Amino acid sequence: MSVTKDDVRKVARLSRIAVDDSRLETLAGELNGILGWIDQLNEVDIDGVEPMTSVVEASLPMREDNVTDGEKPDQVLANAPKTEDGFFVVPKAVE
Amino acid sequence: MTDLTKLTLAAALDGLEAKDFSSREITDAFIGAIEASNPAINAYVVETPDIARKMADASDARRAEGKAGKLEGAPLGIKDLYCTKGVRTTACSNILDEFTPTYESTVTQNLWDAGAVMLGKLNMDEFAMGSSNETSRFGAVANPWRRNDGANAKLTPGGSSGGSAAAVAADLCLGATASDTGGSIRQPAAFTGTVGIKPTYGRASRYGMVAFASSLDQAGPIAKTVEDSAILLEAMCSHDPKDSTSLPVETPDWRSEVDKPVKGMKIGIPKEYRIDGMPEEIEKLWEQGIAWLREQGAEIVDVSLPHTKYALPAYYIVAPAEASSNLARYDGMRYGARVMGDNLNATYEQSRASGFGPEVQRRLMIGTYVLSSGYYDAYYIRAQKVRTRILEDFQKVFETVDALLTPATPSAAFAYGENSDDPIAMYLNDVFTVTANLAGLPGIAVPAAVDGQGLPLGLQVIGKALDEAACFRVGGALERAAGFVAKPDKWW
Repeated sequence: MSVTKDDVRKVARLSRIAVDDSRLETLAGELNGILGWIDQLNEVDIDGVEPMTSVVEASLPMREDNVTDGEKPDQVLANAPKTEDGFFVVPKAVE
Repeated sequence: MTDLTKLTLAAALDGLEAKDFSSREITDAFIGAIEASNPAINAYVVETPDIARKMADASDARRAEGKAGKLEGAPLGIKDLYCTKGVRTTACSNILDEFTPTYESTVTQNLWDAGAVMLGKLNMDEFAMGSSNETSRFGAVANPWRRNDGANAKLTPGGSSGGSAAAVAADLCLGATASDTGGSIRQPAAFTGTVGIKPTYGRASRYGMVAFASSLDQAGPIAKTVEDSAILLEAMCSHDPKDSTSLPVETPDWRSEVDKPVKGMKIGIPKEYRIDGMPEEIEKLWEQGIAWLREQGAEIVDVSLPHTKYALPAYYIVAPAEASSNLARYDGMRYGARVMGDNLNATYEQSRASGFGPEVQRRLMIGTYVLSSGYYDAYYIRAQKVRTRILEDFQKVFETVDALLTPATPSAAFAYGENSDDPIAMYLNDVFTVTANLAGLPGIAVPAAVDGQGLPLGLQVIGKALDEAACFRVGGALERAAGFVAKPDKWW
């Protein structure tokens, strides 16, 4: 599998990272280098092996379904680039 | 009066207890040292002298009332990846702009509850992605150590916890918090002649730590001695309901393990860690470590971890995949830097393009690629299966041995620029450390020798899950045998 410029464009879009066309070639080369190196994993016999989901044997703890936090809009908004009347202000999302 | 900044944490706590000096005095000594040294070392990216003095005065008041905690009055540095209430926290990324948390991470809260004093926030690779500290938005950290060839090349302190390691090595704090996803505590510790331990996954809470790869990230300290690292780790760890992967286990008394004998312990030597092209000095150091433990009565056992060579490639699927998911939150809407585009998508894309550095962008794209439709099974699922194989290797050898001894890094500290044009050469720094992350195991790096160029080299001890005690015991034995007392010549 070799990553093409089109693949990089697609991955960049999925990653929501603007990539200038002039960088696609370089990035494709870098990603191919890394993925080519990663391909050695194909040597490993993984027949019948379960994919790891957790490194430690622990079950996800349950807790009471109670409200434990909240009522602090000032703190929630404290680092927002733009706010108004207790709301986040974001660019228009619907044309 | 002795220079208080040169003390170990244990000695400083004794001095504070004996009222030889106050927390305010030792804190002021560190504030002065940071002011004088940080322009050259660049370990601190935020200095908090006012907060430090206030915390020190409060600590002295508590001690006067007989209410001293385990770290009462000890000035520490905090890696910029821990959220600290009211103090800018950016994981050294532009995308977090001037982010100032309104809450405190559990690990740092534990330290303050134990009486510690915060000196400031420490430099690191952006989002902990790097092995040299050169991806930081605030510029590289200078390793206090230099080669003895007279060329004075600026060396990396390693990464990602390069600021933490350099601050400890240059006596700019008594100890520091760090974090380890693939070796980010142990590699910088080895590069700076300091001690670093990554505990078992789940020992320390990840609440309030800026996430990189959630199944691998663990908090831990960098310290001057094995004993100091035990004192700090005990204070950092706790069960925390705010982190669902935090283990509901008691934190043991690790400090008392450091002096216990290793006689009768079985120490495994994994043959796969003897890699091609390993410098002779690393090989020699490893042999020396084996000899030291044998002399102290440990039984040395040759063991095999056959999937070792696949650990790094598996890591470079799992870690970017988790990062691509974790870092999706940086969209310029609720916090951090926003760069306006023509529409909403363009705003996301431009905010992220200008906010993330090249290495982070590269990893996010790799992660997105290996998780994308059509490649998920071939890459991500395969990597998680290989990860199971790696864990099985460890489980098998730990049926017969108590701990493993390996080199900490494949080389001594390198100069800036020496590895940065080849991502894979940089990734290989973590070849000995990353296996413990993939398997969730504790690992400690202990300085053991100085190489021909005058640079420190470290050994690593990997323990069974939840058996940090073995790491401290073997680490303590290595430290005593090595008698490592070298310090960098002060050039800064």
